[in-house]
Amino acid sequence: MTRPALRRLLDEIGPVDATGIEERVAKYTTRSIKKQSKVFGLKLAVTMVDLTTLEGKDTPGKVASLCRKALCPHPGDDIPRVAAVCVYPSMVKHAARHVKGSGVRIASVATAFPSGQAPLKTRLAEVRQAVADGADEIDMVINRGAFLAGELGLVQDEIAAVVEACGESTLKVILETSELETYDHIRAASFLAMRVLRPGDFIKTSTGKTSGNATLGNNQVMLDAIRDHFLDTGTEIAMKPAGGIKSAKQALQFLVAVKETLGDAWLNNTRYRFGASSLLNDLLRQLETQRSGAYQAPYTFSDDSSGY
Amino acid sequence: MIPITKTPKCYVGGSFIRSESGRVYEMRGSSGEFLANIPLCSRKDLRNAVEAAAKGGAGWAKRTPYNRAQILYRIAEMIESRAAEMSAWVPGKEVRATIDRIVHFAGWADKYEQVLGSVNPVASPHFNFTVTEPMGIVGILAPEDNPLLALMTLILPAITSGNSVVALASKNAPYPAILLGEMLAVSDLPGGVINLLTGDRAEILPTFATHEHIRALAGIATREEAVALQQGASESVKRVKLLAPDTDWYSARFESPYGIRDFVEAKTVWHPVGS
Repeated sequence: MTRPALRRLLDEIGPVDATGIEERVAKYTTRSIKKQSKVFGLKLAVTMVDLTTLEGKDTPGKVASLCRKALCPHPGDDIPRVAAVCVYPSMVKHAARHVKGSGVRIASVATAFPSGQAPLKTRLAEVRQAVADGADEIDMVINRGAFLAGELGLVQDEIAAVVEACGESTLKVILETSELETYDHIRAASFLAMRVLRPGDFIKTSTGKTSGNATLGNNQVMLDAIRDHFLDTGTEIAMKPAGGIKSAKQALQFLVAVKETLGDAWLNNTRYRFGASSLLNDLLRQLETQRSGAYQAPYTFSDDSSGY
Repeated sequence: MIPITKTPKCYVGGSFIRSESGRVYEMRGSSGEFLANIPLCSRKDLRNAVEAAAKGGAGWAKRTPYNRAQILYRIAEMIESRAAEMSAWVPGKEVRATIDRIVHFAGWADKYEQVLGSVNPVASPHFNFTVTEPMGIVGILAPEDNPLLALMTLILPAITSGNSVVALASKNAPYPAILLGEMLAVSDLPGGVINLLTGDRAEILPTFATHEHIRALAGIATREEAVALQQGASESVKRVKLLAPDTDWYSARFESPYGIRDFVEAKTVWHPVGS
């Protein structure tokens, strides 16, 4: 059953051709990217990683180790730094000690991540605290309960309130696509968010805390939404798939989707990010394989904090 | 009735796979008749098999030696029950020798440590003992002859101690390795411990030599191949144990714990003696 408010929004923005999307993204996995193009793509993907640790067992020490990995992913002159470290709000001040001023940004999840089930006042206070502690970017979750209940106005107002609470910091809006159930819903939620976001803010697929993660399919629906929104309004919204992207091969396929949907303007880390932790070492592993000509063992690469 | 012919597939990571390249080569009978298309594995297939071996190997090394013995014995049971089918491809004598050898190593699984490990005398109040640990992933290059016995003789010492293996089977007689995979799949052996590839030696051999995650190599090599393998192995610091092409695979010398020693690392522990 589609709620009236959602029906109206879908009429306005147009529905998603699910079969078409699936067929289109299946083609992305058939591109053959070799040699210099592969190295270019792998390095680009490294610069787009939001190196993430979001666990109950995070400690200042673990975050310090994550930050060191972010600043120097692997010895060697030609390996770039990652885009950001992504931590819980209580860890922002610890991360700030290591990466502030280095060019690696600090992203913090906030708004009662991952469920978002807390009073708005609490969620906004969390955002303000994270920003005050030094977070350059805030990853918020939308109120999926309200969205599915058809209270679209409420969802949008809450996003707008968080935009305001962010101040100068960039906002990333997590739609949690696995809980939205259909591509139509993902497209609708994307538009709800984008209409109150500032240029350079992100929409993001998932928290990584549910069974469903970023897929080429939901990534494509959101990229299409960003393109349509840009063509309508001229506002450039950025995109961050998160969760489940573990291999360099997958990362390259996502980059193909960006290139073929939004073009070169989106192929940089102010417009596209990967929320991931284990992806980074696979990217490094493939880069080293390309450099040395020999397949590498995974233990050649330093573990970030996920290893202990 | 239309005859249903089988598509032979390689046993990798506990599943039956075609080559990722999609390539095959024709296997022909003694009078030149077409028998089947065998996967012609690429170096990427080898890389994937190494990933599978890494995944399956960790759990295998953690099993108790007693449990590894049970599972090895179970492999022998599974081959025994399909011995007639296997005997269509290799002499019955070879099948029996293979089963015997598996049972032999099943026996060693919970005993080799007593032979290879030691308590060392030291001039201080410490217990000092040496225990063995599996190396990790071992690459196996099987010979063209004795496609079942030689393959298993190379694999067994490595897996008995908890290593996992990626083996390239005989090119001209690949079918016993294909059948072996089907038997392993029902033998309680965890997926990824034995990975069997078929294909062209010359094509995959350099990747066996240089792949950093393969910790040791065992098998048959010509003089030129041995040079290439040693060079690649020196880059990636791996152990190489090669045998001459005229090896007698029925020899009793293969039935000893010293083959197991070739693929373990020694760990020596100092422990203070209590008062």
